[in-house]
Amino acid sequence: MNITLNNRPESFEQSDLTINQLLEIKKFTFKMLVIKVNGELVKKDEYESFQIKDGDDVNVLHLISGG
Amino acid sequence: MTFEEIKEKLKSYSVGIAGAGGLGSNCAVALARAGIGKLVIADFDIVSESNLNRQYFFRDQLGVKKVVALKENINRINPTVQVEIRDIKLNESTIVSVFKDCDILVEAFDLAEMKKMLIETCITELPKTPLVVGLGMAGYGDSNSIKVRKNSNIYICGDEKTEISDQYPPLAPRVGIVANMQANTVLEILLK
Repeated sequence: MNITLNNRPESFEQSDLTINQLLEIKKFTFKMLVIKVNGELVKKDEYESFQIKDGDDVNVLHLISGG
Repeated sequence: MTFEEIKEKLKSYSVGIAGAGGLGSNCAVALARAGIGKLVIADFDIVSESNLNRQYFFRDQLGVKKVVALKENINRINPTVQVEIRDIKLNESTIVSVFKDCDILVEAFDLAEMKKMLIETCITELPKTPLVVGLGMAGYGDSNSIKVRKNSNIYICGDEKTEISDQYPPLAPRVGIVANMQANTVLEILLK
């Protein structure tokens, strides 16, 4: 499948992936994340079940302290 | 747009600033100098010694509520700006009640968990309000890593990688770059 990840096109062999699988493949090991799929917020308790599909626009924001 | 038209247009807008620390105080001052109509600024903290290395406060304001001190400083720079201050620790419900009438909201917290709480609240509760986030500005040098990334109506300003630590302290130049980049992004959204 082809998705947009953080504004960039990305291709995967799999036809769908859960959020957790995507985070593992991309080696996103950060703890504090905000994830949006097609503009909708996906909460942490849905990361195991939520399916990302072909054409989805996925935005992963990694939050770090400082300001 | 001419300079006069820009100034006239900016007068009609209201910008929310969530946090009056390194990002919030510098961003608010930049917007005030540019002639924004109204600022709504929320913070619960007081000015302390360790803030003076990067935040827009003065030594004689130590111990003063940040929102009170910042309003005073903005009034000294540009008294035509209407400054509404809220001395509160923001949470999911007060973010909505304090900022719901703002045209744009600037995220200017320091802690990652507060940034997360505000961004999630805005996505679900204030989806129409553009949100300008400051993310990653610790340490010094590497100016070219600081940029703006847009995703729908969330604008992320910063390097998205440097977290505050002993080796990467928050210092005036990089914090100021991101704060002013946030202010610049606000102007870009409002004037387009």
